[in-house]
Amino acid sequence: MSESSQLHISTFRRGVHPDEYKDLTCHLPSQIMPLPDEVFIPLQQHIGAPCEALVEKGDTVKTGQKIADSSAFVSSPIHASITGTVAAVASFPHPLGAKVPMIHIKRDGEEDDWELLSTPENWEIAPKEELSKLVREAGIVGLGGAAFPTHVKMSPPADKPIDHFILNGCECEPFLTCDHRNMLEDTDRILKGMAIMMRMLGINQGIVGIESNKADAIATMEARVKALNLNFKIQPLKVKYPQGAEKMLIDAALGRKVPAGGLPMDVGVVVNNIATALAVYEAVFDGKPLIQRMLTVTGDAIQAPGNLTSRIGTPFQVCVDACSGLKDETSQVFMGGPMMGLVQYDLQVPTLKATSGIVCMQSSQLKNTRHYPCIQCGTCVSVCPMNLVPTRLSRQVETGKYQDCKEWGVFNCIECGSCAFVCPSGIPLVQWIRVGKVKSTEQQQKAQA
Amino acid sequence: MTEENIPQAQPEQPETPKKPVKPKKDPRAKLYKPETPLILASSPHFHTKDTVPRIMWNVVAALVPATVLALVYFQWAAVGIILTSVSSALIAEMLVNRVRGESFTIPDGSALITGLLLALTLPPSFSLGGTALGSVFAIVVGKHFFGGLGYNIFNPALLGRAFLQASFPVPMTTWTWPLTARYADVDGITAATPLGLFKFEGVTSELSGLLTGNISGSLGETSAIAILIGGIYLLIRKYADWRIPLSFLLSTFLVSGVFWLISPESYPSPVFQLFSGGLMLGAFFMATDMVTSPVTARGAWIFGAGAGFILVIIRLFGGLPEGVMYSILLMNAFTPLINRYTRPKFFGEIRA
Repeated sequence: MSESSQLHISTFRRGVHPDEYKDLTCHLPSQIMPLPDEVFIPLQQHIGAPCEALVEKGDTVKTGQKIADSSAFVSSPIHASITGTVAAVASFPHPLGAKVPMIHIKRDGEEDDWELLSTPENWEIAPKEELSKLVREAGIVGLGGAAFPTHVKMSPPADKPIDHFILNGCECEPFLTCDHRNMLEDTDRILKGMAIMMRMLGINQGIVGIESNKADAIATMEARVKALNLNFKIQPLKVKYPQGAEKMLIDAALGRKVPAGGLPMDVGVVVNNIATALAVYEAVFDGKPLIQRMLTVTGDAIQAPGNLTSRIGTPFQVCVDACSGLKDETSQVFMGGPMMGLVQYDLQVPTLKATSGIVCMQSSQLKNTRHYPCIQCGTCVSVCPMNLVPTRLSRQVETGKYQDCKEWGVFNCIECGSCAFVCPSGIPLVQWIRVGKVKSTEQQQKAQA
Repeated sequence: MTEENIPQAQPEQPETPKKPVKPKKDPRAKLYKPETPLILASSPHFHTKDTVPRIMWNVVAALVPATVLALVYFQWAAVGIILTSVSSALIAEMLVNRVRGESFTIPDGSALITGLLLALTLPPSFSLGGTALGSVFAIVVGKHFFGGLGYNIFNPALLGRAFLQASFPVPMTTWTWPLTARYADVDGITAATPLGLFKFEGVTSELSGLLTGNISGSLGETSAIAILIGGIYLLIRKYADWRIPLSFLLSTFLVSGVFWLISPESYPSPVFQLFSGGLMLGAFFMATDMVTSPVTARGAWIFGAGAGFILVIIRLFGGLPEGVMYSILLMNAFTPLINRYTRPKFFGEIRA
């Protein structure tokens, strides 16, 4: 049975295949970074309401102590990631580009006192509400990049029955290998974390989607699923970008298409990332709030690439230095992979809950900047996983036809960047589409006002 | 350290220490914390190696087999026409670049393709002056009047040919046998094309001649095999949309097949229709021109099917024996409309 399912590699339609560069770090065991001297923890690291600081300058905090929270449902509390003293609650540079309010904590000595959450004695009989509250109190958000509060995802409305849980182990972005390493190093804890989340949803059908370039992870997960007597299906997926996008993954694993403008729960599915499952396990079994995660520090501009387990809020510079620093010719640093990553101008910015990697590139790897007019080749149309016409959308935005670009589905774009990746004319297609989304929304708001 | 040393060593020159202050002029400078400034850009930060010149030069490579056969069959006549057409296209492109005040676009290869394609559609006996005129018209009017590469509505080479057809109707339909053909006892003897033979004299030609190109016709359209080799190369490298030649040929075959079944005596067989005239060259190299064909998959099917239909109607009922040029030009005009009405169904879209 499992033999035949292993052979079957499923996928979605269209997409691209950028060079992977995963062999830089995929074989390197993760290393626990020494405690940073200081951390900067933003008050908002999730989709939803920002938190308000619960501490003031001069307060001493313990590792894992809740330092910011919000009363809103769609929000997630923030915890101190080191033991130390609050140096400031002020604005500091954020990976998104602007300065945002953060809690600056300086470490006191070598102590690492943890303040743990109270955990249920047996999660298998604990009420779902208790588990959900624990996941919220642990500050767990989607660690794949979007950072949507996990307890909200785990509480679908009653009219959206859920029947499948998909664990996302695709890691389709080039360079990143932290999910891959997690699957190899923390297999049991990830699988148990997945079991906990499935119990929270009250379902028993679970699928782990893994791209077939991680054969060792597929084998390990398969073996441990059997050993732990779980009935999860390990689904190998074709190596293709953006395989890890929620909608593409659901299509590949179950053949269900999330309606345009809809959410996975509309087709009875909840998708969570590998690292999220691990965080849930640590909260429920160990009472640890989300204050550290694995991230990949890599790229051809890093002296010694590696997978690091680091405290959230550690400045990028400290992470980079832990990998022997940058080469002289470094020209770009981004948070996340090269397809969707956010470019950085300052390495003092801190890592966030959803930071899966720091990729540092030399100029030789950067895209060709020579631009040509659009020759209507239609390559962008043939790769768009959402079936859009990027060349038309970008022209509509360029010429200010925001109403037209709404009709042509600008809001369906998942911003994977496949169109700009393939464009032979070097046109910033997805970038124009992003502008189009903002402008269309503005226009709509003006019309309503 | 060295900056401190310089003013000490040369105290009589007060201007030199002021120079390092330069970065202050750039307000962004203080943002750059690392020693080397980081480039800021919006994702994606990766890019395929494909560029417009790469696509164009691949099309040129795909035209090599047809060009070589043209040289073999028509020898010096082919050399003269191809060289004249290509060089006039390049010179016209350069002059337009100068007039428009833009950077030189010859390296992108598109003007070369226009010149070469036009040459391949001309009869071997056509005058060199006329060739140059058509080539210049193709570049200046066909391409740059519309805004240059990417903005033209019609395929420039075909527009150039249409211009020559209108200006010199007799020389444009005067054909000679290839020098290698067995009928070529006398150099430059005129001969009708297989399509013309059928249309005006009711004579069919052998398929072997149509495949290898040992027949009368324009320079590059005589050999179906040479064009297929280049065309299939383009399809494999994905520099041409396979749907367009397939639907074009299929539609020609089906539509002409219907007429053939109705009356095999008065209409030529669909196989003859497929391999004669400029259909192969048109289907693989003209209709697939990215700029003037639809970007959507459904649009490509409609484009090819429409061109095939128009082609058969012209060939069977029009005043001309051949209709590839007008069928493609007409569909070029429909391309913006096709693009507009063939929006693909969004992922997860439920259409009412």
